[in-house]
Amino acid sequence: MNECHECGPCAVAERAAGVFAIIGPPNSGKSTLFNRLTGLRQKVANYPGITVEQRLGRARLGDGREVTLIDLPGVYSLTPRSEDEQVAHDVLTGRMKDLPRPDAVLLILDATNLGRHLMTAAPILALGLPTLLVLNMADDLKSRGGEVDVEALSHQLGAPVVLTSATRGEGLEAVLDFLGGDFGHELPHIDRALLNDIPRCRQWAAHVGHRAAYQAPSPPRWTQRLDAVFLHPVAGPLIFLAVVVGVFQTIFSGARPLMDGLQALINWSGGRVAAVLPDSPLRSLVIDGVWSGVGAVVVFLPQILLLFLFIGLLEDSGYLARAALIADRTMARVGLQGKSFIPLVSAYACAVPAILATRTIENKRDRIATILVAPLMTCSARLPVYTLIIAAFLPERPLAGPLLGTRAAALLGLYALGFAAAVLTARVLKSSILKSERAAFLLEMPPYRWPTLASLGLRLFDRAKIFLRRAGTIILGVAIVLWVLAHLPLKDGQAPPIEQSLAGMLGRAVEPVIKPLGFNWKIGVGLITSLAAREVIVGTLGTIYGIEGDASSAGLQQAVRRDLTPAGAVALLIFFAFAMQCMSTIAVVRRETGGWKWPAVQFAYLGVLAYVGAFLAHQLVARGL
Amino acid sequence: MQTIFRKALGRPRRGRAGRGLGGQPPTLLDLAEGEQGILDRLELPEDVARRLMELGFVPGHRVVAARSAPGGDPRVYRVDGSEIALRRDTAEHLKLRP
Repeated sequence: MNECHECGPCAVAERAAGVFAIIGPPNSGKSTLFNRLTGLRQKVANYPGITVEQRLGRARLGDGREVTLIDLPGVYSLTPRSEDEQVAHDVLTGRMKDLPRPDAVLLILDATNLGRHLMTAAPILALGLPTLLVLNMADDLKSRGGEVDVEALSHQLGAPVVLTSATRGEGLEAVLDFLGGDFGHELPHIDRALLNDIPRCRQWAAHVGHRAAYQAPSPPRWTQRLDAVFLHPVAGPLIFLAVVVGVFQTIFSGARPLMDGLQALINWSGGRVAAVLPDSPLRSLVIDGVWSGVGAVVVFLPQILLLFLFIGLLEDSGYLARAALIADRTMARVGLQGKSFIPLVSAYACAVPAILATRTIENKRDRIATILVAPLMTCSARLPVYTLIIAAFLPERPLAGPLLGTRAAALLGLYALGFAAAVLTARVLKSSILKSERAAFLLEMPPYRWPTLASLGLRLFDRAKIFLRRAGTIILGVAIVLWVLAHLPLKDGQAPPIEQSLAGMLGRAVEPVIKPLGFNWKIGVGLITSLAAREVIVGTLGTIYGIEGDASSAGLQQAVRRDLTPAGAVALLIFFAFAMQCMSTIAVVRRETGGWKWPAVQFAYLGVLAYVGAFLAHQLVARGL
Repeated sequence: MQTIFRKALGRPRRGRAGRGLGGQPPTLLDLAEGEQGILDRLELPEDVARRLMELGFVPGHRVVAARSAPGGDPRVYRVDGSEIALRRDTAEHLKLRP
């Protein structure tokens, strides 16, 4: 899977002067430090074929050299009990395919909780690799009245120690000095007998902390005050609800002006390009095929970035862990553990990282069940489809003053439908083929923190890159192929009417199957192309209508209204809510479950669900429900 | 009077911290919000116990009950400098010193 293209891990490794692994327990600020050190020089791949489990990045040292950093998943130990611990273990011991054994380790610990974090760090120190101990969150430690003697700690452990605050960018020079320096001569030493006896290991950690004059900080008061509100028996769930509703209303209405602006820009640039090109098949390909096809999808960029901004805010602030706590009872009722909640929430962004996130679930059957239902959560690729259909068929009216409009409510309903379907399916799976004992629910509640602009900005940048790359590869490719298919076979040197073209024939071949759902052949072509990725249908309709002479977004909405009855529109929404139209997801499920069995099962059951659901919806609405 | 007594015997874990009834040691469930106890042992399968200890639930440590999700389950416990949420059916296997 790890291909050696420009983005492959080995290509990165070869170019750089050294390879370093960043490891530490969850909530130690590991990824923030990684982001600070590498900035935009990261490789995050998220498309078919290449999905890295470790993020790789390059850090530039003071003298201009570059080193490679591997961001490992946050783990509490190296005993390989869950998949992410296995990955961390394999990378550190040099057993990971295509990755060299790291030259040294950056061990990140939370300075405000040194005792426990040092205990979990013991197995990593025991590996005997050159290690820099990074005590992060030094600003928190200081402001809450804690102290530590870095020199003494370094002496105790046999490894250099630095204090940093990754969120503020303090102490990073010392880390860079280590990366560029001569680190071979000092190796951590630790009694290996400690490793299997946790209480003894904790005593050792306390002893080391004591020798290093460690003074634990006072508890974070703000976190307790905020929890008094967010976990209040009455206010808590209400706030949870308000957050969810607020997010949807903003995604729908807040992104509008930006999307309109982007649409105007695409139309204007298309017009300029059309004016330059001579009237030829090439102009038709560029304007009707590419500009309307790719443009129809690119328009949704602001909306998708807004969604990711909210997910980033919820995650970085620490609220997501509280939301998981509030939602745990619901999850328990369907037989899933609370740990499944975080992958399921991240599936609102995209199923691929969500499926990777299930690696933290130790129970195999729970993990498979979570993977199987993850594609039912409404991923961001569905957003363009939903938005297009809702805006075309549902007039905007306020439902609850300015707080919630009809369109946002419809969108919220579709998200709720996806969630309900995921939860019910999980229940069925967990009480039949994937029965297992209820697993323990253990979730650390991190202190609340202000999300930083740097971290949010980097997330959005990554996401925009992935989205635009998909638009430039899959969607562009489909648009070109579709344009060609729509112009063949030539009749007397002229393109045929689109109904008689190859694309039209393809659509009409599937028409009998989809007619009961209220879809005509054009929607059929869209359904076929959307097997690659869901949002492709919007690009495909853009291309088809572009060739017919209707391009802009408003034009797309009008054109869709001509082609679908309201019943057909509802059926289409239901179809997209359930169907597994995503090559990346199929590829990642195959890899994570180690075979074609589960992706095949998943594709089949979601396909049946989508067809039956859309059929019933069409019948109900068409008969004037 | 007799029925009340029998009820108390029938549900031995209803007492507060340090007052486990019917000879049963108190568990984390017996801690009301704000109360604390010293962890004695974890009566759980080894892998779960290990994970809990890695999170700070090491015998001999002080555990403070904090807020809970609406409905009282799961509950957040403060232990070894962190806040960890546990479901009731896990918390009842973490025994406190009487």
